[in-house]
Amino acid sequence: MINTLSLSERRLGLVLSVLLAVLGLVMAAAARHGAMAVHGGMAMVLGVALAVKLAAALDDPLPAAGRASRYYDAPTRFGIVMTLIWAMIGMGAGVWVAALLYWPEATPLLPWTSFGRLRPVHTTGIIFGFGGNALIATSFFVVQRTSRTRLADSVSPWVVLLGFNLFCLWGVSGYLMGSTQSKEYAEAEWYADIWLVVVWVTYFILYLRTLARRHEPHIYVANWYYLAFILVVAMLHIVNNLALPVRLTTAESFPIWAGVQDAMVQWWYGHNAVAFFLTAGFLGMLYYFLPVRSGRPIWSYRLSILSFWGIVFFYIWVGSHHLHYTALPYWAQTLGMTFSVMLLVPSWASAGNAIATLNGAWHKVRDDATLRFMFVAAVFYGLSTFEGSFLAIRPVNSLSHYTDWTVGHVHSGTLGWVAMIIFGAIYTLVPQISGRETMASPRAVEWHFWLAVTGTLIYVVAMWNAGITQGLMWRAYDENGALSYSFIESVRAMAPYYLLRTIGGAMFLAGAVICALNCRATMRAAPIEAADRPLATQPAE
Amino acid sequence: MSDHHQREIDPVTGYDTTGHEWNGIKELNTPFPRIAIWALLITVVYAVIAWILLPAWPLGRDYTRGLLGLNQGDMAVAGYRDISDWRGEWLAKMETGDFEVLRADADLMATAMPAAERLFADNCAACHGETGQGGPGFPVLSDAHWLWGADPEAIAETIRFGINSGHPDARIAEMPAFDWMSREERAAVARYVSGLPEGRDGAGVAADLFAENCASCHGDGGEGGLEIGAPSLRDAAVIYGQDSRTVQETLRGGRAGTMPAWTDRLSEAEIRLLTLYVAGLAEAGGEGAE
Repeated sequence: MINTLSLSERRLGLVLSVLLAVLGLVMAAAARHGAMAVHGGMAMVLGVALAVKLAAALDDPLPAAGRASRYYDAPTRFGIVMTLIWAMIGMGAGVWVAALLYWPEATPLLPWTSFGRLRPVHTTGIIFGFGGNALIATSFFVVQRTSRTRLADSVSPWVVLLGFNLFCLWGVSGYLMGSTQSKEYAEAEWYADIWLVVVWVTYFILYLRTLARRHEPHIYVANWYYLAFILVVAMLHIVNNLALPVRLTTAESFPIWAGVQDAMVQWWYGHNAVAFFLTAGFLGMLYYFLPVRSGRPIWSYRLSILSFWGIVFFYIWVGSHHLHYTALPYWAQTLGMTFSVMLLVPSWASAGNAIATLNGAWHKVRDDATLRFMFVAAVFYGLSTFEGSFLAIRPVNSLSHYTDWTVGHVHSGTLGWVAMIIFGAIYTLVPQISGRETMASPRAVEWHFWLAVTGTLIYVVAMWNAGITQGLMWRAYDENGALSYSFIESVRAMAPYYLLRTIGGAMFLAGAVICALNCRATMRAAPIEAADRPLATQPAE
Repeated sequence: MSDHHQREIDPVTGYDTTGHEWNGIKELNTPFPRIAIWALLITVVYAVIAWILLPAWPLGRDYTRGLLGLNQGDMAVAGYRDISDWRGEWLAKMETGDFEVLRADADLMATAMPAAERLFADNCAACHGETGQGGPGFPVLSDAHWLWGADPEAIAETIRFGINSGHPDARIAEMPAFDWMSREERAAVARYVSGLPEGRDGAGVAADLFAENCASCHGDGGEGGLEIGAPSLRDAAVIYGQDSRTVQETLRGGRAGTMPAWTDRLSEAEIRLLTLYVAGLAEAGGEGAE
């Protein structure tokens, strides 16, 4: 990656690396022990390693003179590698905790192996590590090509990617040490949250500057979605993580929100993490890679506009549907429920637009596993958004809430939609940035596709059954008005579904491992310089 | 939009494009499908109806109450009351009266015992085991040994207020630590106590130490039966184990196990129902053991 930087950029990188090392040293020295000290040590090691590499490479050959007229894909390549590494970590942790629910005694008596510490490793590893790296990597790829311009500068993409991955590493290693602020999907402690704000603002500015340099008169819709993702995630992250550290030298903090306000802010964040992290950004991915891969125009420009503004406007209201039948006032629940229902049509507009785009390219869907990943993603996007609106209706929620139906719903979205579109995007762009026509093994892509689809279906169907069974058992009364089942009976009834879930998840993980190996073989086959294509000639995809 | 662009017609759909292109991507100028507009309208109508009927929009310190006048607090209370009334048809009989009379009412028991089984599974089984089989540190309920007496009134009292639970009416049971004894003395007493179930209780230093320090709670020769929370040491009633090593640990550190008070979590009728269920476990298990 250093050989793509000019001398002044290498010097700037060196300064930033030294600053990171100093920051890490200060954190470690101030905290002395505990998670914050370990995290300071990690930052210091990363800063020193980068500084040594950059200092050693100051006199290396400079990049070719025509650099400015080529796309900058080295950060995308790095982001994809990190995406695949985090896929192994996050999905591996997921399969392990799924197995723990079936074999609860499998955990050795070590605190870090307990379910409670490993579960956030799975969620953070997948949402932020796997999903986040994929979003950043593809957003760099897409914004350059749809704007016919190079990234606005060559240092800040690395700040974003390295900084973001340091955040993810701080998060999951902190959970293993028992450090968490106990907010779901926002478990990382205050200093990591501040760090992410710095990284994210850098990302936002880089994205805006790149868009400002575009050579197209209009901004393509994919960039609108990516931009909504970047902007709103910053807003959600800052508001939900407002907290007062107990001391500046320890990881612990108190949230400034209390009681039901805290719950409301948390689920306003939590659901919009689904909306803007796991949906808006990935719709950006879909709106670029689906037409490129299928060679078809987007079916309806108008529908994509309706969908964009509908999603952006309605989603922000719906977080309260996570708090039905709680201390949250009824009126807030009603608003969450009704906006969830109104959200359905804009969501389906995108799913329908994607599927209608494939009209005229169905033979490609049949023959090309990569395009099939995107097709399945669009179908699962439609399915899980329908399910989401349905589950948000209060009486339905009274059956589904606190059951594994929620888990099934989430995984129909994350496995079926988010991961599938990521794999579709990876299989499209990895050969391209590696200067190849196809992946190293097209057969492996086919294997991956069927493992992923089968695994998802087994997982989701098992969890639907599990959740509805739980919900019905919990509310069943016998003819004398006594509960028909004790809680432990409903736990015992879950055994076959939990086993099936573990099997489905393991199949999905196996597919991801195949993907990672295939990408490794594809990337190794060519030097990254072949990736940079002249901006002037735009080959049809 | 940009009418000066030359519009291209897509051969598959017959629609023209918007005239823009991004890296080969074009967009068709397909109008809104009518079904999308109608579907959106239907969801909006649904939302507006819900807003009219239900509490919906905040108004500063108040909110729109909705025509149905629903209040989720009242609804929760009413729902709970309905279920309680339904169950109360038979459960109310458990509230008072003599346990023997209640137990003799076959109809009542046929209705009540399945409910008691679930109540036990939800509240008691976590410590005492699914069938009352107990576990290390938690007493067996399915045998004939009772630290506070087998009388249902005594069992109900324990369930109500617990043991060392912090409730003002709780039973207090503490085995003090005999850390002032020498290690040798503790070892001798432990050997003595561990032999009691097999009837080995000869005279000697250990027997003297036992008579001076232990018998006041555990009875002469560890006979027990005082029903003050101290087990007989001559049968299998000891919760923590009666091998020499465990007894030494008990002597060194003492014991003070806790059973929570249930009076604030279960109704009096439910507590008395559980009492009969637990007493029944003991009888069924006790017969099997004989």
